[in-house]
Amino acid sequence: MSILVTRDTRVICQGITGKVGEFHARGCLDYGTRMVGGVTPGKGGESVAGLPVFNTVAEARDATGCNATMIFVPPAFAADAILEAVGAGIELVVAITEGIPVLDMARVLPVVNDSGSRLIGPNCPGVITPAECKIGIMPGYIHTPGSVGVMSRSGTLTYEAVWQLTQLGHGQSTCVGLGGDPLVGSSFIDILELFEADPDTHAILMMGEIGGSAEEEAAEFVKHHVTKPVAAFIAGRTAPPGKRMGHAGAIISGGKGTAEAKLAALADAGIEIAESPADMAAALVRAIEKRRGRR
Amino acid sequence: MKIHEFQAKDLLRAAGVPVLVGKVATSPTEAAAAFTALGTPVCAVKAQIHAGGRGKGQVLATGQRGVELAKTAADAERIARGLLEQSLVTIQTGPAGQTVRKVFVESGCAIDRELYCAILVDRAAGSPVLIASTAGGMDIEEVAAKTPEKILSEPFDPDRGLAGWQARLLASKLDLPTAAWRHAETFFRRLCQAFVALDASLLEVNPLVLTKDGTLVALDAKMTFDDNALFRHPDIAALRDAAEEEPAEIRAAAAGLSYVKLEGTIGCLVNGAGLAMSTMDLVKLHGGEPANFLDVGGGADVKQVTEAFRIILSDTNVKAILVNIFGGIMRCTTIATALIEASKTVGFTVPLVVRLEGTEVEEGKKILAESGTAIITANGLTDAAQKVVAASKA
Repeated sequence: MSILVTRDTRVICQGITGKVGEFHARGCLDYGTRMVGGVTPGKGGESVAGLPVFNTVAEARDATGCNATMIFVPPAFAADAILEAVGAGIELVVAITEGIPVLDMARVLPVVNDSGSRLIGPNCPGVITPAECKIGIMPGYIHTPGSVGVMSRSGTLTYEAVWQLTQLGHGQSTCVGLGGDPLVGSSFIDILELFEADPDTHAILMMGEIGGSAEEEAAEFVKHHVTKPVAAFIAGRTAPPGKRMGHAGAIISGGKGTAEAKLAALADAGIEIAESPADMAAALVRAIEKRRGRR
Repeated sequence: MKIHEFQAKDLLRAAGVPVLVGKVATSPTEAAAAFTALGTPVCAVKAQIHAGGRGKGQVLATGQRGVELAKTAADAERIARGLLEQSLVTIQTGPAGQTVRKVFVESGCAIDRELYCAILVDRAAGSPVLIASTAGGMDIEEVAAKTPEKILSEPFDPDRGLAGWQARLLASKLDLPTAAWRHAETFFRRLCQAFVALDASLLEVNPLVLTKDGTLVALDAKMTFDDNALFRHPDIAALRDAAEEEPAEIRAAAAGLSYVKLEGTIGCLVNGAGLAMSTMDLVKLHGGEPANFLDVGGGADVKQVTEAFRIILSDTNVKAILVNIFGGIMRCTTIATALIEASKTVGFTVPLVVRLEGTEVEEGKKILAESGTAIITANGLTDAAQKVVAASKA
């Protein structure tokens, strides 16, 4: 088992005729993902990487029975592409596109929240269940099947963590890149809920970063609702306070958002902290061992 | 992207939000002339820099405050002389301060009360939110930390805007006189409309002033804009004042790179913001000081990466460079090719430690090995950090 995606997930790629879309659609195919088609308005009838291209998501859904989509549409049109996928009732919408205007996402999120679709991203590496289904841009070979759930706000930092886990012999159940933008479809809490409920996920590794309060909220959730061992790393502990304009960012978070505040909240929830980015998988191993020791 | 106060006020005026009349001056004589032309008994002379805290900030050389009231044209001239071409240090500029190149001479008004309001996108609410407080003036950050209940907050939908009742609720909680409510409703709603129409990421009015005749006026205005939305606002993009920005940061932005200059000696070239920040953490953890944050992004090509090396090498503090790439969209072969290209065209004058992992890593390593370029290869993060710190101190 795993969360979000399995070998049976049927995936289309929106923006498949673009250079990046095609490159990664091929990458997913090579990994073994059940890619069933692509969508680019006006290019219906063409074929990319042996996959049929459709003009609309609705047509792709009717023809292929897809239940997941991977979006590479350029930023100016990406919000509309997400809405199109949600409108077509696609269960899992993974938006890879980087650079979507934040107010576009503020318009998209209420629609997603009122639908049956789940949005991952935007500005994220995607979702992978090792050896079964890769939806996104992560290098497949660093992953190995197993029982650690991985989630992160940063793409390349996720690869780093996964690579460390694999080298220590800890495979992953599913790895989820939440995305680095201020407004994203799924939060740490959303994914924690899924990992907690997944019988094949035995431990959870999360990577956060300074800014916002998502890590503090996740810590609070772990404290009350997660029984599995959790380890975490926060990026940006040594980032100097930038030259800011205005005070509003600090005000809205009410003192939250600094690395210190996040680390304190995580530690308070019993989460094992990785002090160095080289120490992320090791921290997870410590979390698992501590839990064993307690039993 | 940031803009100046006077530019923000032009935008607000155009959006129907009340602001005071003012003129920009770039010389003391112009400031005096502006005072005379405005014809009000009192003017404020305000330094125009891309940083807040100007009222309490000062020019170290002259002791001149960043904002001061002038009662005569001679006053305005003196204040402008104390500010222009000087470095103004505020809590937001860092110890070096920022050079003042323009002052804004603004007419005065009869102030009854000072309030605070701002609009920004709240991650938790998933929408823009208007926040306001009776505690206007300069110590709003302290208010937020010590008495968060004094900060009012109303989220709103970008397309529907702030509802009339939300504006009235704020007016009531801000304890505005009922006679001013209708005016306040218009003020807050137009402010929210302007935020959305301009794709701002922050619009802060501090202080927001209740005048003695019961109207609200934006006495200050700070605006920043969503860089991702500038493509649909060429008029806003044209307001960029390059003189306010770090030259290397402008150069990086033009090449599609995210670069922040820091004070250390170890140049960092990384893909992904999270990994870039972590790489800085790692360098510090091993006793080094990062010279910069540089995220080459997901899809950088050879040209961009070469430019990234040029930018890092233009910082004369740099004693060694750490390249840390975990390829996803970015292929290790791209980095390897760019590295060789850069060594040919730029020439590496400092040791280079390279750690590659991810997409096309074997091919990338092969390209580097076959090129004969002098690099120190590293396996894993700790190894890379130790090697670059040692190299920077050699």
